[in-house]
Amino acid sequence: MTLELSLHATERDVEVALEVADGETLALLGPNGSGKSTALGVVAGTLVPERARVVLGGRVLTDVGSGARGTRVAPHARRTALLGQDALLFPHLSALDNVAFGPRSTGARRASARRTAQRWLDEVGVGELAERRPAQLSGGQAQRVAVARALAAEPDLLLLDEPMAALDVAVLPELRRTLRRVLAERTTIVVTHDPLDALMLADRVVVLERGRVVEQGVSQEVLSRPRSAFAARLAGLDLVVGTWRDGAVVDADGRAVHGRVVGEPPAEGAAAVATFRPGAVAVYREAVAGSPRNAFDVVVTEIEPTADLIRVHAGALHADVTVQAAAELGLEPGLRVVLVVKATEVAVYAR
Amino acid sequence: MTRFRRFGSVTVAALLVLAAAGCGDDGGDAGSGGDGGGNGETTLTVFAAASLTSTFEQLGEEFEAAHDGVDVQFSFGGSSDLVSQLQEGAPGDVFASADTANMDKLTADDLQAGDPQDFATNTLEIATPPDDPGGVTSFADLADPDLKVVVCAPEVPCGAATAKMEEATGVDITPVSEEQSVTDVLGKVTSGEADAGLVYVTDVTAAGDDVTGVPFPESDQVVNTYPIVALEGSEHRDLAQEFVDLVLSQTGQDVLAKAGFGAP
Amino acid sequence: MGVPRWVWVPAALGAAFVLLPLVAIVARVDWGDFGSLITSESSRAAFALSLKTSAASTLACVVLGVPMAVVLARHEFPGLGVLRSLVLLPLVLPPVVGGLALLYTFGRRGLLGSELDALGVQVAFSTLAVVMAQTFVALPFLVVSLEGALRTAGERYEVVAASLGARPTTVLRRITLPLVLPGLASGAVLAFARSLGEFGATITFAGSLQGRTRTLPLEIYLQRETDPDAAVALALVLVVVAVLVIGFARTGRGAL
Repeated sequence: MTLELSLHATERDVEVALEVADGETLALLGPNGSGKSTALGVVAGTLVPERARVVLGGRVLTDVGSGARGTRVAPHARRTALLGQDALLFPHLSALDNVAFGPRSTGARRASARRTAQRWLDEVGVGELAERRPAQLSGGQAQRVAVARALAAEPDLLLLDEPMAALDVAVLPELRRTLRRVLAERTTIVVTHDPLDALMLADRVVVLERGRVVEQGVSQEVLSRPRSAFAARLAGLDLVVGTWRDGAVVDADGRAVHGRVVGEPPAEGAAAVATFRPGAVAVYREAVAGSPRNAFDVVVTEIEPTADLIRVHAGALHADVTVQAAAELGLEPGLRVVLVVKATEVAVYAR
Repeated sequence: MTRFRRFGSVTVAALLVLAAAGCGDDGGDAGSGGDGGGNGETTLTVFAAASLTSTFEQLGEEFEAAHDGVDVQFSFGGSSDLVSQLQEGAPGDVFASADTANMDKLTADDLQAGDPQDFATNTLEIATPPDDPGGVTSFADLADPDLKVVVCAPEVPCGAATAKMEEATGVDITPVSEEQSVTDVLGKVTSGEADAGLVYVTDVTAAGDDVTGVPFPESDQVVNTYPIVALEGSEHRDLAQEFVDLVLSQTGQDVLAKAGFGAP
Repeated sequence: MGVPRWVWVPAALGAAFVLLPLVAIVARVDWGDFGSLITSESSRAAFALSLKTSAASTLACVVLGVPMAVVLARHEFPGLGVLRSLVLLPLVLPPVVGGLALLYTFGRRGLLGSELDALGVQVAFSTLAVVMAQTFVALPFLVVSLEGALRTAGERYEVVAASLGARPTTVLRRITLPLVLPGLASGAVLAFARSLGEFGATITFAGSLQGRTRTLPLEIYLQRETDPDAAVALALVLVVVAVLVIGFARTGRGAL
């Protein structure tokens, strides 16, 4: 099912037009408040802006502000299943009945809905948890059940809103693999802060900033080989571009960045990138004892308070530290510091 | 200045209390007693059946006019409520009951000062909405099962009188409701919910144009007697007796007769 | 998290203020005749009527109150605040005034009296009138309790359910209501308790006749006229029933 979306929400100042081809997964990237949630809400039918047109598989779901009488298909009739960052499993139903909810709601008999549900639970690898209540599931398990629930509704379009943002980092790779498998050949929009999600799950990326599309293209193009630091910043990541030498990404200044290799290891001497979250970067006044593999001597260029942290800029690198830590370190522009990031927090891959 | 004034009034009150104590039993004059506070007023509290409200308020004003500095306060209510309150120690000077049964409860606890005296009687009368939708003309009409008749419950004085009346006349009423008080019966009649209600003559008089009274000759077979008595716990027993006397006097009887009460 | 120690003093005073009168009732009960007092024909009739009418009015509160709470909690429209205040009016209205208002509405000469008469419905002096009076005073308790629960629960689950293809009715039945079941249960218990104790609106609107309209509170008030011992005994029965209902609801909620 092909999706065509164009919307203009005056109050939120969001003006976006995009398309998702049949069977394609599109990643929507951008900082908070860039309009991703607005776009998703308009597609799902929970938001109706001043002007919008949503066409899914030739079916007009929303058409407002174009002068005519307008169309607003109710959320339940749009065949667009929503999966958010919280699993939001219905707490009073077992995992199986959560998954069977979609088929039951669209007219399936109880027995056949439960069979469908069990099949999807097996598909996402939590078939043995069918009778558990949501309260008895871990975060990762719950999100898998939520994935099964969304898929069991057989939507024409799947909407994933930061599906892994709230999960323990340890369960991410496997869930990502599962999503990659089940999203193949399925028309999907996935909102994410994580370029890795975009790379692994999405065929294409659309980058939003301040309510506008600022960059789009095939995921690899935009994120593996960022044409600008801009895209990396939008993705909320530190990005080091370099060449692959001795199992590390070595940048132009000769700094070696070690990390987890994603996908095929790059060839020796080939272009490679390393990405990590600024939140995973620790800041020290002096070189740390032991031998952390990724330590960068830098000069602080800017201190910027964010929602609840302090973002430390040091050229192209960033670190997010707590206010308390910033105070203890006496951080100020011009100060020499050492940025340390664990290799496990760094993703490295071929450029 | 303020402090001085307060000190002054406290002194005056203390002197008045001393004066009252000195006056002893004949202290029925104005200006005695400590109840009134700084202005030296005496308060006489009369517990009276609710059906006496308008007549007693009128007599209270006359009493105040004749007794300088005396303030008459009324506590109107169901006679049994009033007796319970007095039994629980409510301070009162006079009790006027709507029936002898409740007065008997009071005297059983020896709360009276002197013997209760009957001062009025009351008889039953039919009350209908002004347009009389049921066409009620006699007591026997109330036996009609299609007629919505409201009476007092047998547990309250007006209901006891109703039961006696049914027995005396052999008329069997099937009421749609047995209310807790005359007020509730009248409420059902004035709102038109009921076609007829059985209440006291005085209630019909007091309700004015809201209801139409239908007197019936059998009514004199059940006569309700109102006794009154000064209370043992009264701090102004002479004044209390004076109020009782006023109710029993020609003036009092005239006021009561005008409201529909019969002579004792 | 601890509470300041001084809080215990007013808290204990408050508890004593509520509990002492109950103790006083128990102390007044004539235990020798307790059995016969509460099993007299009129007592049993009043007790049965009270349970029956309170159950019926609780049901009516649920049937009418759930949709009201859903509308109040899930929709924004002009005048919503005013409407909410008006709907909650019976909470502050003296019940006798509520009874008068019902009389002026559903009575023979009331706003809808002639229409009801034409339909052959006679509300006055019927058990139906008792249920209506109780529903009138109890409804706000259920609505307030449930609206709070709905607002606390939020709409997130409902949005997900709709996106899975569930129609609004399915969402309400399978998601919204099960999620607020504890709130609904406590609202229903409050409504039942309020119905059980209802006096003023009933006596004004429905009258008082044994077995038909004389509920336990009316019976207690009437017995007080002639037999205070019976009144006290019945009052204790009423208290015990209320305590049982509330206790039952608490354990029930704990199990949820």
